[in-house]
Amino acid sequence: MRTARVRPGRPLSRDTTPDAHRAILAIWRIEQPRLITGLARLLRDVPLAEDLTQEALLAALERWPVTGVPEKPGAWLMTTARHRAFDHLRRGRMLERKHEMIAWELEEEERSLPDLESAQNDDIGDELLRLIFTACHPLLSQEARAALALRMICGLTTEEIARAFLLSEPTIAQRIVRAKRTLSESGLAYETPRGAELSERLDSVLEVVYLIFNEGYTAARGQDWLRPQLCNEALRMGRVLTSIAAHEPEAHGLLALMELNASRAAARTDAAGDPILMLEQNRALWDQLQIRRGMQALERARELGGAGGAYALQAAIIACHARAATAGDTDWPRIAELYAQLAAVVRSPIIELNRAVAVGMAEGPAAALAIVERLGQEPALKSYHLLPSVRGDLLHRLGRYQEAHAAFEAAANMAGNRREQDLLRRRAADAAGAAMTS
Amino acid sequence: MKFMFIVKSGHRIPPTPALLEAMHKLANREIKAGRMLDNGGLMPLAEGAQVRIIDGQLSVLDGPFVEAKEVIGGYAVFELHSKEEAVASAVEFMQLHKDFLPGWEGTCELRAFAPGGP
Repeated sequence: MRTARVRPGRPLSRDTTPDAHRAILAIWRIEQPRLITGLARLLRDVPLAEDLTQEALLAALERWPVTGVPEKPGAWLMTTARHRAFDHLRRGRMLERKHEMIAWELEEEERSLPDLESAQNDDIGDELLRLIFTACHPLLSQEARAALALRMICGLTTEEIARAFLLSEPTIAQRIVRAKRTLSESGLAYETPRGAELSERLDSVLEVVYLIFNEGYTAARGQDWLRPQLCNEALRMGRVLTSIAAHEPEAHGLLALMELNASRAAARTDAAGDPILMLEQNRALWDQLQIRRGMQALERARELGGAGGAYALQAAIIACHARAATAGDTDWPRIAELYAQLAAVVRSPIIELNRAVAVGMAEGPAAALAIVERLGQEPALKSYHLLPSVRGDLLHRLGRYQEAHAAFEAAANMAGNRREQDLLRRRAADAAGAAMTS
Repeated sequence: MKFMFIVKSGHRIPPTPALLEAMHKLANREIKAGRMLDNGGLMPLAEGAQVRIIDGQLSVLDGPFVEAKEVIGGYAVFELHSKEEAVASAVEFMQLHKDFLPGWEGTCELRAFAPGGP
């Protein structure tokens, strides 16, 4: 029986099969957050703490197949990592005073090792927050932050991260090594930011969590189960943040946004794996429990005074869709109003274009077209196919078929995706047909 | 992958404060790690009821009940990567019972949620 191998104290009979490997990785993963935060606190050096956390895993993979899983695997891993930390510092000849202090502390702790177990379930919230702030430091690129966060916060292996991002393992490995080197060389203090810096640093964290979510969400295809896995990792980080940074409204806002978007996962593609637009989805497939969790998180963001935050506003827009029993019940005036608020917080022509769509649904095509025409001068939207696509739709609804035809043709020429090109050419042809008969 | 853990036992030994504290710490850690989605302890069946269908007859049983050999004492719902992680997590949970409630016997059953929509 496979599970017998992980029984405490039971030898794994020198079992180095993938099953035994996975079983050990699973145990390590449970201990990983406490392990890395404990080491980071002790060493005040996140990259080194991360190295030692990995070394402890390698040690377990080597030892446990022979000795069996220890009764307290967490304590074993921590002890092993501490021994290595001590070795490491001794090898580094402890030139710096900081290292001398740490070495002394370690020696003290080595002497009192039996006490280690009692500290096993210590509250790691503050430490975890500090770790997340370090892994997602604005000093690092978004990609580097995403890889480090998945590695240090979620305990994913390099191989798993590479598979999730559809990149090669060496690419991710190098990204992580470079990011850790940047952190090491930056001389960053290992501390939780405060005051104005806190909100800037929190933005940097939330941005990465949302990037990971979108990487899994917008690219998810039929059988590619590892991509939804990225959504789950992002949701997990969102839950971590809302429990350890519970007073930050935007953490709740982001969790709400992710829960509400993820609730539509089962309805987003047809049997062939092709995407289905939100208004055409079968709403019976939306996960109502997940919607409820999203609504609760949004409510919490509001209670904390964060209704006007960028993530909370986006979540509120999705919430309007989630509340509508049918596409026809959608509260478009409210969505248009929320987009206007969002546009005031985040100055982005894409948000303005989305607002135009909502205004078009709420007030009719004429009001929306006025917004879209203003956006025509935006350099950022110069090659954005959705601008002429939305414009074509509004013109068509206004009966200006010739212009609609030209707009859809322009949109089709800009679209990068074959499926979208086909759709836009069909719409262009429809408009041309309508122009002839009108 | 979502898993439900169901703890069953025929023993009526009440949990010691030490066990409760250890379980509370573990649950707290798992919530903060973003892995535990929900958990709860269950009152004895005497506080609840059973609604059954037998031989095409629907009936409500409101007690008294003949105590079953094993009763469900609590549950937890986790979001984890694999069955291996669920097993490792359940082993850690049960180890607490072994450490803090000597003589207790019971089972933690872990079940994967069926995939897909509702």
